[in-house]
Amino acid sequence: MAIESPKIMGYGTSPKRKEDPRFLHGKGTYVDDIKLPGMLHMDIVRSPYAHAKITNINIEPALETPGVLAVITGKDLDAAGLAWMPTLMSDTQMVLPVEKVVYQSQEVAAVIATDRYTAADGVMAVEVDYEPLPAVVDPFKALEKDSPLVRPDKGKDTNHIWHWEAGDKDATDKVFADADIVVEEDLYIPRIHVASIETCGCVASYDAVNGKLTIWMTTQAPHAIRTVFSLVSGIPEHKIRVISPDIGGGFGGKVPVYPGYVIAVVASLKTGRPVKWIEDRSENLQADSFARDYHITAQLAADKDGRIRGMKVKTLADHGAADAAANPSKFPAGLFSICTGSYDLEAAHVEVDAVYTTKPPGGVAYRCSFRVTEAVHTIERMVDRLAVELDRDPADLRYQNFIPKENFPYKSPTGWEYDSGDYKQALDVALERIGYEDLRKEQAEKRARGELMGIGISTFTEIVGAGPSNTFDILGIKMFDSAEIRIHPTGSAIVRIGVQTQGQGHETTFAQIVAEELGLPVDNITVEHGDTDTAPYGLGTYASRSTPTAGAATAVAARKIREKAKHIAAHLLECNPDDLEWKDYKFSVKGVPDRSKTMQEIAFAAYTNHPQGMEAGLEAVNYYDPPNLTFPFGAYVCVVDIDPGTGVVKIRRFVAIDDCGTVINPMIVEGQIHGGLTMGMAPSLFEEIPYDENGNNMAGTFMDYLLPTSLETPNWETGNTVTPSPHHPFGAKGVGESPTVGAPPAIVNAVVDALSHLGVKHVDIPMTPWKIHKLITDAQATTA
Amino acid sequence: MSKVPVSMTINGETYSGDVEPRMLLVHFIREVAGLTGTHIGCDTTSCGACTIQLDGMPIKSCTMFAVQANGHSLKTVEGLATGAEMHPIQEGFMVNHGLQCGYCTPGMMMTSLALLAENPNPSELEIRTAISGNLCRCTGYVNIVRSIQYAADKMREPELAAAGQGD
Amino acid sequence: MIPGKFEYHVPADVGQAAALLRHYDGEAKILAGGQSLIPMMRFRLAQPEHLIDLSKVPGLSYIEERDGHLAIGALTTESELEHNATIRDRYPILKDATDVIADPLVRNLATVGGNIAHADPANDHPAVLLALRADVVATGVDGHRVIPIDEFFLDTFVTGLEPDEILTEIRIPTAKSGTGSAYLKLERKVGDYAIGAVAVSMVVRDGVIAEAGVAMTNVSPYPVRAVQTEAALVGRPATAATFAAAAETASQECEPSGDNRGPEEYKRAVIRTLAERAFSLAAERAN
Repeated sequence: MAIESPKIMGYGTSPKRKEDPRFLHGKGTYVDDIKLPGMLHMDIVRSPYAHAKITNINIEPALETPGVLAVITGKDLDAAGLAWMPTLMSDTQMVLPVEKVVYQSQEVAAVIATDRYTAADGVMAVEVDYEPLPAVVDPFKALEKDSPLVRPDKGKDTNHIWHWEAGDKDATDKVFADADIVVEEDLYIPRIHVASIETCGCVASYDAVNGKLTIWMTTQAPHAIRTVFSLVSGIPEHKIRVISPDIGGGFGGKVPVYPGYVIAVVASLKTGRPVKWIEDRSENLQADSFARDYHITAQLAADKDGRIRGMKVKTLADHGAADAAANPSKFPAGLFSICTGSYDLEAAHVEVDAVYTTKPPGGVAYRCSFRVTEAVHTIERMVDRLAVELDRDPADLRYQNFIPKENFPYKSPTGWEYDSGDYKQALDVALERIGYEDLRKEQAEKRARGELMGIGISTFTEIVGAGPSNTFDILGIKMFDSAEIRIHPTGSAIVRIGVQTQGQGHETTFAQIVAEELGLPVDNITVEHGDTDTAPYGLGTYASRSTPTAGAATAVAARKIREKAKHIAAHLLECNPDDLEWKDYKFSVKGVPDRSKTMQEIAFAAYTNHPQGMEAGLEAVNYYDPPNLTFPFGAYVCVVDIDPGTGVVKIRRFVAIDDCGTVINPMIVEGQIHGGLTMGMAPSLFEEIPYDENGNNMAGTFMDYLLPTSLETPNWETGNTVTPSPHHPFGAKGVGESPTVGAPPAIVNAVVDALSHLGVKHVDIPMTPWKIHKLITDAQATTA
Repeated sequence: MSKVPVSMTINGETYSGDVEPRMLLVHFIREVAGLTGTHIGCDTTSCGACTIQLDGMPIKSCTMFAVQANGHSLKTVEGLATGAEMHPIQEGFMVNHGLQCGYCTPGMMMTSLALLAENPNPSELEIRTAISGNLCRCTGYVNIVRSIQYAADKMREPELAAAGQGD
Repeated sequence: MIPGKFEYHVPADVGQAAALLRHYDGEAKILAGGQSLIPMMRFRLAQPEHLIDLSKVPGLSYIEERDGHLAIGALTTESELEHNATIRDRYPILKDATDVIADPLVRNLATVGGNIAHADPANDHPAVLLALRADVVATGVDGHRVIPIDEFFLDTFVTGLEPDEILTEIRIPTAKSGTGSAYLKLERKVGDYAIGAVAVSMVVRDGVIAEAGVAMTNVSPYPVRAVQTEAALVGRPATAATFAAAAETASQECEPSGDNRGPEEYKRAVIRTLAERAFSLAAERAN
């Protein structure tokens, strides 16, 4: 009877995703799919003003609407001590305002009704009187002495929030004094929004009989949310259960706690019934946390021969009405000081000042590790800026300045210790793949004909996997992560992890880790996450940290199991454990490969025939505290054609060579890169949330916030090199965000390259057709 | 503003109810019929997460009132498979990793299937054009295009085999 | 985003529909494809108390050549136009336009009549019909009347339809021999309204432009024919120099205003580029 045994499918293989069948059959369970008996619906009244005093809220007309059960205002929350909540950066944010609103579309009151249509009618019926105050839109003006104060509650007479710096100022000044050449550029990385296709929402259900609060919630970090809810509300933590069901994309936007979640909880406590809140797309774009919004001035110091020696960066960070960034506590500007990138510099100094304005709070990631996109954009743009100044080929200048692979681990001038890298190899592969030399020839021919074509390079270094607990915490909770593995008697397994998938495929890749480490078929391994009542504590999924932290925890827990299994195998084989070796996914007696035991056999014995004196069962838990961060990298080359008549930029080709260390599932890694590249292109060419002088959001719907479609997106070409992380248990580094971080400067560099002969040296994103067209016509006017 | 009776066929089954005329079709599908595979992602008819087929034609069900679909025949993602056996379009998305978070996927498949009914062997540009009303934030579309090409090939297999026999 | 409440009416013919419009006297709106109206209702920018759904009114969806014109029923959807062989072969400007209206899913429900009756200067069909010198047929309780397209668009969102009239047909003069037409649109992405677009239809005889119709999208307060640009084409040779000069005229004649899609001067430049390209394409098609 020949039954083919199921395959292990460990590292480097591409089993199909375990999560797919439920999604493909329409049987996923997203938050809005949850329907509980007696469930009520909540909708939110929002401010039309960016900055205004609330003089009166009349809820009576709403309460007269049939089907409206309650209207909650800031005064109700204030009475319960819940009008304010902490942000992840230890700032404070209004849940519902009592005195004034500080951004357009801010939550002002909430209507609880029997269905979502009635709730919407109730919102229309609430009457709010405002006394408009001057908006504070420009962060530079916000710092001027006569600027209106956004947050008088802070007790300071300025909108300045904090100042932060990294690197050695004196050493950097010295290098700059000594260098042959200094180039400087102002770069603005505009405010954008992650805009996952599923918006945010929750179902809060308070069971008064058992005193237990259950919240189904669109969150990337359920455990941290439970702890924060417990601390804020006073409800004991074991009486709160946060469930993060299927999540329709996160990208950083589902890390924060939004007022809507808190109000829904209060509404459930107040009514004793489950309350559902699902935001609209316009609410999502107008009120949820933004990303980026960094105004950067950067300088590079170099010698005439092209050696880059030092870097200075000054940044103004527009945080809106609260610093609601999702950064580790000790890093208010995230990991922005990674901005020396892949290059061996003598010194660097980085400063960031944060400021309040009357815009929605933030800033969260946009599919990137904490502020790394801003950092990579700065260095990769500046290297090209220097190349133009020195009349050097940008690839050539990069080769000259790369940190050589033999210098790893490498200590950067801002204090990071890069784990491993081979930047030259990645760029070699990328240039070969795109046919760099031929493209340069084509470009020269086209220029002669007046056609605009450019080639852009980005050789970025990411920093992910936060992080070592001695430096990384969020609100004091250390940024370890966890895994719990239980092997069943017949050799199948359940794995529970502290991180939370939003599409990354954890149910598959984490099963592959266990499959590889324990020699069990991937099909026999179930992965669970997202339910705080069952999953081990973890900090959640963002900043490409799942594989570096919880992935490592899974491998370490599996290895604990393997160690115990070795003793059981020795017992079964009647030999000394030291005589056994783990080979071909089983334990065999050294030199006698026929005498062996598979994990399946060992698992059965763990419950039926375990050695005397040993605990029965086969399970392990690990809370993994990474010794360092991981540093994925890549080399991207982009080719663009520009229509001079319209300013439209078309990406003709884009080659992305990524190195994320050991690859668990090549299919999933490729998919992550495709998606990341698209979210790198989007803000480069299309997406931005601008505000007018009154603080009105000018891109508050998908009609103006321009997510690229299949027709704007090129056919990405991907490839990889493998430089394992030396400190990660199986050498993996994380990948989901590298392409979002690495792609924008490649695209900008290509556009600037296409226009450089016209004298263009820089362009800020998004590179909209009108902006590019203006650069071309201005250049023509200058030459004429 | 009284409720009005509505009845429609979804995936071969009849669903009826008295609804407010303003009820959007997507809410009828999700909340009255209980078929939650069809999603909602925007309020400006931009994203296509709510795409279903109305008499075989893909449309955005957030921009139609349920009353307008009275008497019509609808198909949603729940109507694709035969039991647990996947339709080639579902298989295509699975094999080619054409989905990540899965939120846009049902709408994307309903559009793709209508394309293949009209054009069994589409070019890449024809595929990209057909799905240009469906936004995906995770995949970058490359694998979605591959998934649809896979389904096209698979659905044409019987026809190609028959043509082969005729030679 | 949830629309406000309304009463729903399903008339069986145009007469009933017009009678309902008259009865509700400004409180009712026509529901055709709904692809502009329903989003406006979801944002409560439109809150009609009565909706009159035309979907059960027979005989309003057709594309046929008769009596010296191409007749298009007002309920014909954009995708029906897009896939129609007559349109593709003989009226390429209509195919150009339908290909770039909204997105393919919206085009399955959106109707050509709705696109025009909405009188949004950002919509694509108005410029096309102006360039083609079409007529529209309005039907009221008392019967039909034909309105030349030049008299149809009166202001932003305002048409020459009486409050109880329904737009029922579009009539495009049958293409003469030597006619070439094109519609070129620049948008920020699929599904966007035009940054600018140019519609042109011209008759070329012996290398000379004998007749020309030109109009533009989203660069004026309401859709209007570009008479100066037409004058810059008619009677001149169909050459690159003529097209460049006429395109310059178009860029001066349009009245764009700055917004998210770009400042005024950019839009004028876009019109110049698109006009030049559209004129050459139309001339090429005329052969």
